[in-house]
Amino acid sequence: MKTILGRDHPLAVSGFAGPALILFGVFVLLPLLLAAAATFTNHRLVSPEPTRYIGLDNYTRLLALQVTTVAPLRDAAGDLQRDEEGLRYPTWRQVRQARPELAGYRPAWQFELGERRVVLAATDPLFYRSLINTFLFALLVLPLQCGVALGLALLVNQRMAGRIFFRTVYFAPVVTSMVVASIVWSFMLNTDRGLVNELLRALTGNPDAGPDWLGESSHALLAIAIMSAWQGAGFQMLVFLAGLQSISSELYEAATLMGANAWQRFVHVTLPGLRNTIVFVLVSTMLMAFGLFTQVDVMTSGGPLDSTTTVVYHAVRSGFRQQDIGYGSTITVVFFGIVLLVSLLQRVLLAKGANK
Amino acid sequence: MTMLFHRTLLRLPMLLGMCALGVVFATPLLFMFAASFKHDDAIFANLASWTSYVPDAGWSLANYTAIFERSNLPLFLLNSTIIAALVVVGGILVNSMLAFSLSRMRWRGRGAVLSVVVAMMVIPFEVIAIPLLSLVARLPWPGFEAGVLTWQMGWFNSLHVQIIPFLANAFCVFLFYQFFRDIPPELDEAAKMDGAGPWALFFRIILPNSGPVIATAAIVLFIAAWNQYLWPIMVVQGEAARPVQPGIQQFFGRSNSWGQIMAYASVVTLPVLAVFLAFQRQFVASVAGSGIKG
Repeated sequence: MKTILGRDHPLAVSGFAGPALILFGVFVLLPLLLAAAATFTNHRLVSPEPTRYIGLDNYTRLLALQVTTVAPLRDAAGDLQRDEEGLRYPTWRQVRQARPELAGYRPAWQFELGERRVVLAATDPLFYRSLINTFLFALLVLPLQCGVALGLALLVNQRMAGRIFFRTVYFAPVVTSMVVASIVWSFMLNTDRGLVNELLRALTGNPDAGPDWLGESSHALLAIAIMSAWQGAGFQMLVFLAGLQSISSELYEAATLMGANAWQRFVHVTLPGLRNTIVFVLVSTMLMAFGLFTQVDVMTSGGPLDSTTTVVYHAVRSGFRQQDIGYGSTITVVFFGIVLLVSLLQRVLLAKGANK
Repeated sequence: MTMLFHRTLLRLPMLLGMCALGVVFATPLLFMFAASFKHDDAIFANLASWTSYVPDAGWSLANYTAIFERSNLPLFLLNSTIIAALVVVGGILVNSMLAFSLSRMRWRGRGAVLSVVVAMMVIPFEVIAIPLLSLVARLPWPGFEAGVLTWQMGWFNSLHVQIIPFLANAFCVFLFYQFFRDIPPELDEAAKMDGAGPWALFFRIILPNSGPVIATAAIVLFIAAWNQYLWPIMVVQGEAARPVQPGIQQFFGRSNSWGQIMAYASVVTLPVLAVFLAFQRQFVASVAGSGIKG
């Protein structure tokens, strides 16, 4: 007997699948295609000029990079000039005048190597700065958030009174919006009167302790990472919890019979059992880290000294605030490439686990 | 007896750890609520003391009355409520229907569509934001002027621009798909005997038996819609269609009263916290379930 659902009428199928598929097509896939097309144009959101095909100009403007070495200044006798900060180098203007091929390039990153200075110069130095910041943020937030989340999961996994209460407390920041979290933390990180520095002063007994968290370029990204870990750890905790509960209790019993202590049980039973969960948590935290925008927009506006400008922040500034859709889309496409690489990484990691 | 004593003793450091972490995680929100009831001077009075986290002697609702009178908060709350309600209702409908066709119907290309939906789950909204902006700038929207249908170009400064692009949600489709797949086929058989077509089967049998997954999808969609920030700052300029998150960001930029800022933040946060507490069990299950696909 042929069932009703044996081979369904195309009309019924499209009735059910159609609405969502059209929405996905128009609002997810079409924008991605449009973005790919817009990268080859000078399209602006509102512009009297017609949109023009400009080839790879957006890509060269975004990605052009020259690595150059700059020799320190020497005095008339040929000796190296020094000041209190060390060797003296010519200014970027002087360097650029001497080398016409560097016209339009500005330094994105520089470091001293022996008696030379290596400069990474780009036509859009802010893009490379934001790329470095984004990776730095991921590097800070990944161990922090995932480590805290695993610790929380191990704690609330104990059969103990009040664990539901604590689980709720740890999870509450996740449902709090990032805007609200950023505002509350802006207050807590206030240099003179903020809660965090007040506590630091009370603990250390030093009335001058505590950095200017959001006002110093060396601390701002770290402060945002701590705040982001606070907001997001509860989510990863629940994912870890589900992973922990899927590990058979017989494995623990067997390990205990073999004389394994708590630490050995953790290393030889819990960690291998959590393998896939750990991969998922690491990858989803990484994707979240690469999407960093709201905290930066609310707390620092990309500053101080561009130390918190991220790839998405740069894309929104170019594509929306400066209405340069072509260029913003180019950043988007490059960002999408990074996201694809990260999800590819997940596949590779999971496949390796499966082969074992 | 001694066993029990030993176990309690072992658990003590853990309990202390849980409490210490609980303090760290709860402090910012407790502080936000406490400060919202205080006068600005009182907020800064003794930050290192426990009284920062309780609305002490001088507490009042002055900050709350001030923000409702002096800002467009009621309008922003209404906008966010409409947006979230329509995203939840519409999203549950279209996503569950697609999931139904993927899990219960047979058609060509089904497997490919399922893989595309799963793949879409990893695309962050930030990737789509800029091209989506240029797309909605070119989309038409119908309007009526003196009884005549007119087409207005561009979706900016509206509620629909904040609703329609967020109805289809790959994660929700996947949630529904997993749930429908596990519904026993005997239910279908029974409906089939009664001569029910796919529509009757879906609306009379499948949906009424999908309470838990509907609740889960509702919570996920509600929280995402209520907490939208990047998209509304891009597509909404005036105040008429502004939702709460850009509203509080703007208030934060203009106000110098921390008491009022914290009251504003509390009002914006309470609805989501309430939804979360009310549906905790489903919510925990849904988040936990999202990791299983890993």
